[in-house]
Amino acid sequence: MSVSMYAHIRRNPRFAELVAKRTRFATILSIVVLAIFYGFVLLVAFAPEFIAKQLSEGSNLTFGVAVGLFQFVFFWVLTLVYVRRANGEFDDINNEIVRAAWKEEK
Amino acid sequence: MKASVISRLSAGLLSLSVAASAVAGDAIAQTEKQGLNLHAILMFFVFVMMTLGITYWAASRTKSTADFYTAGGGITGWQNGLAIAGDYMSAATLLGLTAMMYTQGVDAYIYMIAFFVGWPIILFLMAERLRNLGKFTFADITAYRLDQGKVRTMAAVSSLTVVCFYLVAQMVGAGQLIKLLFGLDYNVALFVVGALMMVYVTFGGMVATTWVQIIKACMLLIGGTTVMLLAFSQFGFSFDELTTRAMEVHKLGGKLLAPGSLLADPVTAISLGLGLMFGTAGLPHILMRFFTVTDAKEARKSVLYASGIVAYFFNVIAIMGLCAILIVGTNPEFFEGGQLGGKVIGGGNMIAMHLAKAVGGNLLLGFLSAVAFATILAVVAGLALAGASAISHDIYSRVIMKGKASETTELKVSKFATIGLGIVAVLLGMAFEKMNIAFMVALAFGVAASANFPVLILSMYWKGLTTRGALWGGYSGLASAVTFVVLSKSVWVDVLHNASAIFPYTQPALFSMPVAFILAIVVSKMDTSVAAQKEIEAFDDQYVRAQTGVGAATASSH
Repeated sequence: MSVSMYAHIRRNPRFAELVAKRTRFATILSIVVLAIFYGFVLLVAFAPEFIAKQLSEGSNLTFGVAVGLFQFVFFWVLTLVYVRRANGEFDDINNEIVRAAWKEEK
Repeated sequence: MKASVISRLSAGLLSLSVAASAVAGDAIAQTEKQGLNLHAILMFFVFVMMTLGITYWAASRTKSTADFYTAGGGITGWQNGLAIAGDYMSAATLLGLTAMMYTQGVDAYIYMIAFFVGWPIILFLMAERLRNLGKFTFADITAYRLDQGKVRTMAAVSSLTVVCFYLVAQMVGAGQLIKLLFGLDYNVALFVVGALMMVYVTFGGMVATTWVQIIKACMLLIGGTTVMLLAFSQFGFSFDELTTRAMEVHKLGGKLLAPGSLLADPVTAISLGLGLMFGTAGLPHILMRFFTVTDAKEARKSVLYASGIVAYFFNVIAIMGLCAILIVGTNPEFFEGGQLGGKVIGGGNMIAMHLAKAVGGNLLLGFLSAVAFATILAVVAGLALAGASAISHDIYSRVIMKGKASETTELKVSKFATIGLGIVAVLLGMAFEKMNIAFMVALAFGVAASANFPVLILSMYWKGLTTRGALWGGYSGLASAVTFVVLSKSVWVDVLHNASAIFPYTQPALFSMPVAFILAIVVSKMDTSVAAQKEIEAFDDQYVRAQTGVGAATASSH
C-alpha cells in the first residue's frame, strides 16, 4: 500500500470523524463493562451480605445471582450493539473514505 | 505428591485459574484407572474418524503458508465464533466449573462472569485492529513499525512460553482424564493426543484445526444442554424449587447462594479478574483466530457469536452444578462405599459425568466423556499451531532468514515445528504426571497478560512506543509474571515445599502488568535514537491501516 494512499486518507475530514466517533463509542462501552464488573467484584469482596440478599420475599433469587445473570446478558447485548454500529454506520463511512482515497490516488 | 483432579484437568482455559486458586485446596488423590468405557471409546472413535476425514480434505487445500496459518483467511465470522468458543471452553470448563458449582454454589457463578467479561473488552479494544494489522501471528502487529528481528524474537519467546505451559497442563489433564473416563493407560492417552494433534496440524493446518474446534464446540454444546435439560426437568424447570431443595441437602445450607470465602480477598479477586481478562487477550492461539477471517467485519462478528455461546454455556454449567447437588449428591451410588457426603467416586471432577449417567445412562455418559477428550485434543491442536507459527513465521522466516525464506521451506519448517512441539508435549506430559500442574496455568495466563498484552495494546494505541520500550516491557512482563508465580504459594510452597510463600498472592497480573506497562513507557520516552524517531513517525500510517483496514487485504500474500 503506497504511503500516499495513507496520506490521502489522513487528509480526509471524514477520517477524523470516523476515528473520533468509533473511539468514543468503544471507550464508553469499555468503561461501562469495566465499571459494572469491577464494581460487582468489590461488592462481593466488601459487602457479601448485600450480594446474598433476596430480591423478593419467598424467592431464592438473590441480588448476586440476578446481577450475575444480568451481566451475562447485558454485556452480550453491548457487544451486539457495538457490532451492529461498527458493521453498519462505521463501515459505511470507512468504505466512503477508502473509495475517495482510491480516486485521489489515480 | 497429591494432586487434585481439578488441578490436573487444569488443562482447559479458564477453570485453570479456578483450579489454581480455589479448588486445589481440597486435594483429591490421583485418579484411578476405571474399567473400559466402551460407549465413550466408540463415540470418540467416530469423532476421530470424522476429524481425520476433514484433515484429509483440508490437506489438499493447505498449500501456502497462508493456508497453513490462517486457512487462507477464508473462515466466516460464524465458523470462527464457534471455533473461538471451542478454544475457550475446555474440558476443565465443563468438569471443573460444574464441580465448583456443586461444592461452592454462587461463588462459582461469580468466577464464570470473570471468565466471560474479557470478551466484550477484546471486541471494543482489539478485534478489528488485530485483523487489520496482523497477518499470521500477533508478533506481526508489534513488528509492524518496530525492529523486526528483536521484537519478533521477544514475541516468539513469550508466545512459546505461554504455549508450552499450557500444553503441559493440557497433556497432564488429558492423561488423567482418559485414564479415568476411558480406562486407558496414562501414557497411551498422551501418545494418542500427541499423535492425533500432529496429524491434524501438519497435514490440515488451520483449516483442519478450525473444523476440529467447530465440531468439538457443537458436541460440547449439545452434550451440556442435553444433560442440563434432563436434569432441570426433574425440578419442573423451576429455579426456586431447585435451589430450595438444594439448600436443604447442601452442606452450605442457606449460604449456597451467598458469596463464600473465594473472593474474600479483594487483591486476589481483582488480580484474578485482570489476569483472566487480559490474559485471554494475550493468548497466542486465541489471537491467531482473528487472522483467519476475511476482514474486520467478520472479526467483530466472531466475537459476538463466541461470547454469546460462552455466556450461554456458563449458565448451562451453573444449572448443571445446582442440579447435581440433588441428583448426584443424594445418590449413594456415586460415593465410595455408598457413603453420602463422603468421597465422590473418581474424584470431585467427576460430578458432571455422574450427573450425565444419572439422567441419561451409559450412553450419555459415554458421549460426555468423548466430548471431554475431543475438547482436549482440539485445544492442544490450536496451541500447537500457534507455537509452530511463532517458530516458523517469526523466528525462522523473519528473524533467521530475514524474510528471504521461500514459502515452501517456511511451510516445511512449520510442519517440523509442529512435530517437535508434539514430541515435547508428550515428553513433558510424562515428566509431570505426578506433579500438581495448576501453577502452569497461572503462569500461562500471567505471562500472556503481562508479556503479550501490554506490548500489543501499546503498539496499537500509543504512538510513542519504540523498539527499546517494547523489548523492556515484554521481557520485564515475562520475567515478573514468572517470578511472582514462583514466589507464590502455588510453586514456593506446593511444589518446592518451603514453609511459607514470599509473594502473598497466587495471581500475578495486578503486579506484573504495571511493571510491563511502566517499563515500556518509561524506556520508550527515554529513547532518543534516530531509529526510535522513525518508528514514532511510522505510527501515523499504521494508525490509518488499523482504523480503515486499507492494506490489510493484501496482507496474506507477502
